[in-house]
Parts: sequence; C-alpha cells; structure tokens
Amino acid sequence: MLPNRTTAWRAWLTAAALGLSFSLAQAQATKAPDALIKEVSTDVLDSLRADKSIKQGDVQKVIALVDQKVMPHVDFQRMTSASVGRYWREATPEQQKQLQEQFKILLVRTYSGALAQVQDQTVELKPSRSNPDDKEVVIRTEVKGRGDPIQLDYRLEQTPNGWKIYDVNVLGVWLVQSYRSSFAQEIGANGVDGLIKKLTERNSRPAPAPAKG
Amino acid sequence: MKQFRRQRRFLALAVVAASLVLGGCATVQQARGGPGQKLDPWENWNRKVFAFNEGLDTYVLKPAATAYANVVPQPVRRGVDNFFANAADAWSAINNILQGKGQAAFEDVVRVTTNSFFGIGGIFDVASEIGIERHKEDFGQTLGRWGFGAGAYIVWPLFGPSTVRDSIALPLDRAASPALLINDGRAQFGLTALQVINTRANLLGATQVLDDIALDKYTFLRDAYLQRRRSLVYDGNAPDADDGDAPPAGPESAAPGASAPTNAASSAAAAASSPTPGASAPR
Repeated sequence: MLPNRTTAWRAWLTAAALGLSFSLAQAQATKAPDALIKEVSTDVLDSLRADKSIKQGDVQKVIALVDQKVMPHVDFQRMTSASVGRYWREATPEQQKQLQEQFKILLVRTYSGALAQVQDQTVELKPSRSNPDDKEVVIRTEVKGRGDPIQLDYRLEQTPNGWKIYDVNVLGVWLVQSYRSSFAQEIGANGVDGLIKKLTERNSRPAPAPAKG
Repeated sequence: MKQFRRQRRFLALAVVAASLVLGGCATVQQARGGPGQKLDPWENWNRKVFAFNEGLDTYVLKPAATAYANVVPQPVRRGVDNFFANAADAWSAINNILQGKGQAAFEDVVRVTTNSFFGIGGIFDVASEIGIERHKEDFGQTLGRWGFGAGAYIVWPLFGPSTVRDSIALPLDRAASPALLINDGRAQFGLTALQVINTRANLLGATQVLDDIALDKYTFLRDAYLQRRRSLVYDGNAPDADDGDAPPAGPESAAPGASAPTNAASSAAAAASSPTPGASAPR
C-alpha cells in the first residue's frame, strides 16, 4: 500500500512541476513577437542614448549592452548553422561550437559598431502579414531618424523559451543569406577549420572605432 | 544638350568595349557558394574591376568624403544632401508613374514641388517635416517591375556593383541629376563631383560596418547588392522561396541544400538546432 501511495504522490508532484514549468513557458511564449521586438529595440536605443561613455566611442560598452539585452533573444545556433549551410552537418561538434562562438563575436562586434552610430533614432513597427498561430514570423520595423528610414526586419521562431530571432534584414539584405556565400567560399577553399581560423583572425583585430557620420 | 549627347556616346562606347572585354574574359566559375555565385559568371573580371574601384576609393573618394565631412558643417552638408535628394525625388516620381504606383507618384510630386518652393530649391526638406514620405524608385527598379530579370552581376569601373538590368538603366539613372539642367560644362562637372562626394560621405559609416562584417568584401557586397535590388523591386516584400532572380535549378542543386533557397536552409538549420546540439553532426 505504502509504495503505491508514494508512487502516486510522486506522479502527482511530477505532473504539478511539469504543469508549472509548462505554464511558465507559456507565459514567456505568449509575449507576441512584435511586442518583443519593439520592447527590445526601444530598450537598447534608450540605453544607448542614456549612456555618455558610448557617445564618446566606448565600443566595449555597446558590446556588453548587446550581450545583455539582445543576445538572450537570439537563437544563435540556428543562425550559425543556416549561415554555414550544408557544411554544418559535416562539421564535428567541436567545430560547430567554435564556429558558433566566433560568428557570435563577429556579429556582436559589427552590430555594436553600427549601434555606436545611433543618435536620435526611433524604431517603428510596420504591419506584418503573419497569422496568430504561425510558428515562424517576419517582423518588419523601420528605424527613423534624420534622413531616410532604415528598413530593419527580423525572422523569429517560436520556441519553448519564447520567440527567438534567427535572422535579421538590414535594408533588404538578410544576414544569413549574405554570409552563406562567404562561408561556403571559405570552406570550399580551406575547409571548416579554414573558416574558423579566418573568423578568429578577424575577431582578434582591435574593436573598430566608430566612424564619423 | 550637347553635353548629354556626348555623355551618352561615351557610355554607349563604354558598354560596347566592356562587353567585348567581358566576353573575352568570361570564365564561368564553378558554383561553390550561395545564390550570388550563380549570378556572377564574370567573377574573375568583376573582381579586377572591384579591386580598381577599391583603390580609387581608398586613395581618392574616401579621403575626399572624409575631408568633406570634417570640414563642411553639418547643416550645409544636410542642405547639399537635400538638394540632390530633391532631384532624385523628381526621378522617383517619374518612375513611380512608369510603374503605375499612383499614390506614391503623387506624393513624390508633392514632395518635389513643396521642397523646390518652400525648401528653397530643395535645400530644406520641408516635405519630410510635414510627414510626406519619400518613395524612392529608379529606372532599374522600373525595369524589374516590368518583369525584366536582373541578369548577371556586373561591377563597373567608377559606378560599382550592377546587374545587366541595372546597367541598361544606368545611363538614364545617372543622367537624372541636377547636373543635367546646367549647360556650363565646368559647373556641370563640379556639381557631379559634389554629388559623388556627398553620396560617399553619407556612406562613411556604412562602409566601416561593411569592412568589419565581411570576410570577403567582394562576395559580401555582391550578395548584399543582389538581395537589396531584388528587395527594392518588390518594395521590401520580396518572396522568400527564391534567392535572387536565379533560374531555380542549377547543376549543383543535386547536393542537398547546396543551392539552399531559404526553405532548405532553414529546415537544415531546424534539424541542426533540434534538442541535442551535436546529435545530427558527423557520420
């Protein structure tokens, strides 16, 4: 009798725990992707504007900001594997890990360099064509400041941990697609290790100083 | 008018000469990479022109633009930029009409008239201040809208990245400049030079980012250019399924995911990013 009751109790506990984590995940996942993008971009822009050392060209600060505010919402593995394309499956787990790390550094640095040029921009959502039950959506935004608005779109997928960005489009150019050729070219010439080496070299260069606009 | 004719003759000659040279050099490269590669049969030649342009940029254009950005005060530069943008708006209006986009054409016409009169010849962008948006279109986009495929990628000396379609439009798109309205040759040259420097100065930030992000600048710029032009033709709503205006099946598409239109790639990615990271990896 006793063991049975314990089993039942345990089963109930497990179910409760599962239910709880499920509803937690649900709560996170229910934040609509467009709301997420709007929130993250506004947050980043506000932080940029509020920070004086960034205006004086402290790129490390921007990198830290991006790491903290943007990266949690990015599915970096998917982004890397899509950029590497068919070669991803030929790479060893160790190579995959290194590719992911180096690609991440490259993108964060570049993105930070671009962000360091931000002045009085705001982000506006554009109407999207997605259905509420889509698992993958494109969120379209426009960065408005002086001059022409800059098109900035995101591809997101729904995961148990909420919506994750897996591709970004700047001015009509999807990042993953742009990298696919460059990566394929490098892998074709020097193999996966060649690409890792190239990325590492690129990342060991000193962080770029923001250009004068 | 004479000037224009001369310009045209020069361009025609350049096109003929270039196509002869291109024909001679064209070696169809084996498609190793993504969609851009397939659209770049003249890669060897294009890379040479690209290197030439890069040199020109490093030693002439970029220093000039940097000096311009440093010396000329911001409000003046803004005025210069607005002035050229106003002329570009007029050309956009014509192209919007040619593409049958009535509303956009109307707004561009309103922009040009507003800015020309109240913005003192286009120096102030009054129209943007009162919320009339710009709808940029050039003749290359118009041709695309009419159903012309982009064709092969071409890098022109001085003009940079282009495609066969955009090259056909190039003479018209270039001629549509305020310089067209001036008869004095020297002033015309000066205005064109200012336009080039203004454009380059606007891109100083962007090219810096480009230098940081690209592994191979040629490849990155090519793919970005092809994608962007395609996106512009579709007004930012380019369909996913097809990368570039490439014919769908190439010989290399036999390899799984090689020609990788977005679908194939993302399913591969989805497979790879499924629960255990290394699970689907090597055999």
